[in-house]
Amino acid sequence: MNQLQHSRKIARKLRAHRIFGGIKPLALKARSLRSRIMPTPIPEMLILPLLQHQGSPAAPIVNVGDQVLKYQLLAAAEGPLSVPVHAPTSGEIAAITDAPVPGHGKQSQRCILLRADGVDNAIGLLLLPDHRALSHWQLLERVNAAGICGLGGAGFPTAEKLRSSIERGIELLIINGAECEPYISADEALIRERAAAVVSGAEILQSICLADRCVIAIEQDKHDALKQLRHSLESSSVELLELPTKYPIGGEKQIIQAVTGLEVPHDALPMDIGVLVQNAGTAYAVHDAITEGKPCISRITTLTGTPLQTPKNFEALIGTPVSFMFELCGIEESRHTGSIMGGSLMGLELVRTDVPLIKTSNCLIAKSRAEFPEAKPEQACIRCGFCATACPARLLPQQLYAYSRNQNLEQLEQLNLADCIECGACDYVCPSHIPLVQYYRASKQAISSRDQQRQLSAHWQRRFQFHQYRLKKEADGLQEEERAHRIAPEAAHQARGFSRDKARQEIAAAVERVATRRRNTIASSRESD
Amino acid sequence: MTYPLVDWVSIQALLWLLGLSTLIVLGLKIWRWLRQQRVQQRSVVDRVNYLLPQTQCGQCGYPGCLPYAREICRGESINKCPPGGTETIVRLAKLLNRAPSPLNPAHGEFKSFAVAAIREAECVGCTKCIQACPIDAIIGGSKLMHTVIEKECSGCDLCVEPCPVDCIDMLAISSPATFEWTLPSTVIGAYSKLDSAL
Repeated sequence: MNQLQHSRKIARKLRAHRIFGGIKPLALKARSLRSRIMPTPIPEMLILPLLQHQGSPAAPIVNVGDQVLKYQLLAAAEGPLSVPVHAPTSGEIAAITDAPVPGHGKQSQRCILLRADGVDNAIGLLLLPDHRALSHWQLLERVNAAGICGLGGAGFPTAEKLRSSIERGIELLIINGAECEPYISADEALIRERAAAVVSGAEILQSICLADRCVIAIEQDKHDALKQLRHSLESSSVELLELPTKYPIGGEKQIIQAVTGLEVPHDALPMDIGVLVQNAGTAYAVHDAITEGKPCISRITTLTGTPLQTPKNFEALIGTPVSFMFELCGIEESRHTGSIMGGSLMGLELVRTDVPLIKTSNCLIAKSRAEFPEAKPEQACIRCGFCATACPARLLPQQLYAYSRNQNLEQLEQLNLADCIECGACDYVCPSHIPLVQYYRASKQAISSRDQQRQLSAHWQRRFQFHQYRLKKEADGLQEEERAHRIAPEAAHQARGFSRDKARQEIAAAVERVATRRRNTIASSRESD
Repeated sequence: MTYPLVDWVSIQALLWLLGLSTLIVLGLKIWRWLRQQRVQQRSVVDRVNYLLPQTQCGQCGYPGCLPYAREICRGESINKCPPGGTETIVRLAKLLNRAPSPLNPAHGEFKSFAVAAIREAECVGCTKCIQACPIDAIIGGSKLMHTVIEKECSGCDLCVEPCPVDCIDMLAISSPATFEWTLPSTVIGAYSKLDSAL
């Protein structure tokens, strides 16, 4: 019944809808779209983190010194929320150690270091020109083995997402090609040049998740990509939907609202309303994995920023160091003041450039002082309300800001801080230059650490209670034993028919017997005298 | 024949009705209020206990967190819990509507979370730490090596004292290197206002 309602709703409302809030920043994508997608040369050393996705890290199955071939499995998935890692090129395993990875601050993680031999010998791949030859579970197994996670940036394991969607039942599959964040043009370049593969990936995904309809949603200002898509979609059941250009329309919940007009409830997942969203890059990776048997060893990444002489999109091997990528574009080190992985609004600030490019890195921005000036000093909130109109999640950023300042976590939970998607729209419009998202992220972390502490506390409390119960039981047991020791002799006597009176009588009788015997002996001796 | 606009009988009836309904409503309200009082009284110990860190270290002078929570509800001061630190004192003060006061140094000082670890080569297997552990987080047999289950340890310190060969260390746990978001520098220390109030 529920399912039926979904399909009716979705079927009726499939057109471009408005999303709440949002901003229209400069796109700044044209500069990286001037040239075609270029493959990167193979760097000397590839750094492959075991955790490039959300979930648990993969477990390495190779040893230091092993010679590996391209596409060979290096680390196998461990647990359901894990994604395997494959060799992007042939070479020797140099080390398996902790190495710096992209992330906020100075994060380091377990990585496999692969020294490339430059020969690029590959293992044989299993081609599958027609995916309809396999059942959807077999296809899912192939996606799982190919090590694909969401390539749009969040990095959720794709196979796991598909599997739970199959279980819940999906009506609509949305291929997210919106790519609304400034600077990023990877998906646009991908669709522009390989639209047929993206469409084929979308069809495969649809046949895996058994969705009734599949829509490729893309912002309407991406003219070349739209043209190519229309051409490739002529003989396909996949539909095309042009979305208005607005940030953050490419967010998962936002694109669902833009396509279906439905809001994902705050404690629910998209699959709860019968929708599954996959990134266009993920669809391409799925196409590669199924039809050509290639595991996920490369991705399309945008390199942009004014210090780069030739900003462009690369088909980069996973594990390529960021500095290597920058050098390919001719970076002017004198103007380079910092780097961002991801877009300018949600990306990660990179502290160092020797970190590797990972599966979720859709963009690398080289910052210059002219383009990214120092943050202006924070002023007092003037309650203008711009942030509330910009918030795509319909939260109250001012209130959240006030409660974050004095760390009133209960109120923050009441105001649904957890629904903040950290898109930075409020930051962007704030006339007082308040770094709102930083406040929210700090508060979210405070809430999660408090919850962890509470769980621990409850655990310790339970263990303490059990400890006391155990002690009490032991003490009771001891008492019981003592009592048993005391009672046991009497019980044994009773069992033998022993009683005090009887004993007394017996003693008295014995004494009597002795007395009479003595009397008799005395009398007899007198007689003899 | 004309009827009077109001007659005494109807007024009487109305008054009766009004009186009765007021009584019923009042009675309900009082009953609810009483029940609420009872619930609050019963749960205030739980709520205090919920705010305490549950390390069961006994530094407050009571055998465990629940006994201390009971005593707090009977008027014991709220600044005797070193593992909880200022944060717990402030939360307790807010819950109980009392004035927050700084941590009583007689009961120890706030330390960051650390778990016990036995230097296993030196352990003589005396089982004294096992008996001291309030949450059964140490395992080992008599005259055999003991070890602390790191995941279960609450960092209460109680096993350090009884060890005859001093082979127990309190180690800060090595958390995975995750980035900690901090509030922008304009509000360093969320409890700074409260700290200055103490």
